[in-house]
Amino acid sequence: MTTNAVRPPAAAKRTVAILQYAAAALVALLVLVPLLATVLNGFKANADLLLHPFGLPKEWVWANYSSVLGSGSFWRQMLNSVLVMAATATGVVTLASMPAYVFARMQFRGREWLFNFFTLGLLFPIAVAILPLYITLRQMSLIDSLWAVILPQIAFGLPGNILILRGFFSTIPRELDEAAAIDGCSPVGYFWRILLPLMRPALAAVVVLTMVASWNNFFLPLLVINSEQLYTLPLGIQQFQGQFGTDWGRVLAFVSLSLVPTIGFYLLAERQIVAGLTAGAVKG
Amino acid sequence: MAQPSTRAITSAAARRPPIRWGKVATIAGFLLPAAIIYMGLVLLPVAQAVYYSFFRWNGLGPMSNFNGLANYARAFSDRVFVGALSHNLILVVMSLAFQLPLSLGLALLIREIRWGRALFRTIFFLPFVLSEVVTGVVWTFIYRPQGGLINALLKLVAPGMPETALLADPKTVLYALFVVITWKFFGYHMILYIAGLQNIPHEIEEAAAIDGCSRLQALRYITIPLLGSTIRLSIYLSVLGSLQFFDLIWVMTTGGPVSASDTMATYLYKYGFQRFQLGYGSAIAVCLFLICFGFSLVYQRFVMRRDYE
Repeated sequence: MTTNAVRPPAAAKRTVAILQYAAAALVALLVLVPLLATVLNGFKANADLLLHPFGLPKEWVWANYSSVLGSGSFWRQMLNSVLVMAATATGVVTLASMPAYVFARMQFRGREWLFNFFTLGLLFPIAVAILPLYITLRQMSLIDSLWAVILPQIAFGLPGNILILRGFFSTIPRELDEAAAIDGCSPVGYFWRILLPLMRPALAAVVVLTMVASWNNFFLPLLVINSEQLYTLPLGIQQFQGQFGTDWGRVLAFVSLSLVPTIGFYLLAERQIVAGLTAGAVKG
Repeated sequence: MAQPSTRAITSAAARRPPIRWGKVATIAGFLLPAAIIYMGLVLLPVAQAVYYSFFRWNGLGPMSNFNGLANYARAFSDRVFVGALSHNLILVVMSLAFQLPLSLGLALLIREIRWGRALFRTIFFLPFVLSEVVTGVVWTFIYRPQGGLINALLKLVAPGMPETALLADPKTVLYALFVVITWKFFGYHMILYIAGLQNIPHEIEEAAAIDGCSRLQALRYITIPLLGSTIRLSIYLSVLGSLQFFDLIWVMTTGGPVSASDTMATYLYKYGFQRFQLGYGSAIAVCLFLICFGFSLVYQRFVMRRDYE
């Protein structure tokens, strides 16, 4: 009698499962169709594209893709994005892990005060600081150089990542500190040779998240980069769309090619991205 | 004879431990590089923004036109800025009303699915990893009046229908953008909810089922309350994000048509960088900050406080 209320009969269970899969598949289609259409429509001539935006190309046109791949600007933008991303990730992980270590492992007066001082930055979206930041960068003659993207990205990445890394440093048992001290390990050596290797998964999460944020950043480069040779990919895509706005086949080919590294990286690093986001959320 | 003096020294040392210069040097060495770049490029500019906001200044030459709170008065008497602020608020409300429940529903759905769970999660989370620029260009194509995916679909359903330009109509543009925002960000909130759900022990829900609790009841009275801290966090992040929208909107509409999709950030960009009114732009930046900060303060004080205890 009661078992009926707890366990629905097998047929009802199967219906529920089918409905669940149908719902999940519908959402998956809503996510994937725009992206698949982007890739496929990059292979269409514009007349074909206008009349049949859905479906396979009537005739596979490779010219859109080959013209993007053959243009120096696509590769240069890719290179700029990679340079900015690598420098930002290196800077953030280095500069954030050192204070995080101090705040997690060392005892001294004013520690909490200093920690709050560093995480105060979480309150300021970059838009708030952007006008004076622009003036500061101009005074340093950095406007229209990749440094004008890299340095502010590092600076604004510090508060959140110090917070996350401090949380991770705190999870390492304290006995290790004493053992290292007894064995005559200096604080710097302890940090560099023992803690950092132990923290590898956390550092990977920080690096990967910083890389994604840098790769996708648009607001900052839009403001501080003027020369086309220094464009990063998001700037390049926006400019390309403005320039070839009516030639959608080429625009979509450009977008598709820019998706390749992003999606490849996502599939490789999904675990770290998710770990970093949820750790940041839980700890923050 | 020597005893008392050493005791005096040790007791003095216990009261005030000697400064260990090696430790101070380590701390300073570890904090300084981060402190310099952080103070120079985050804190100082924020303080400067507050200062600029009391001036009329075009970014060049000396700052001599002090005009008090006039920039702030101007902002709140400008219908376009008030409109931009209201667009941010509409996006906040729509995100809370539609995007978060959808994300929660999908997180629950994914938990139920036996086969292909990881695959669905990977697909749902994918848009969050794409840049807003790519998302914006792809959806500009989808929305385009002639040969866009939406109009092609509408034509299939109702052949005689005229083409609609959802992004070019001030009445629809904000909703059209909201669809894209949801497409881009639902996966992020879903991931948060999935992480939160993993912290709920299965035994509790099983016990409820044995006690005759229906699935809906279990959801309403057990799962969602236990997910409370995650939901409160996701609301917090969603509100702050919605107050700061820029990239997607800039790429798709630049705030148009006729400012119907301007946000505080696109308004700031237009006045600060396109018209070089740095004083006025800074006042907008300070308003944006105060709104975010005010919300943070109130929300953390009254809503999230219990999550820290």
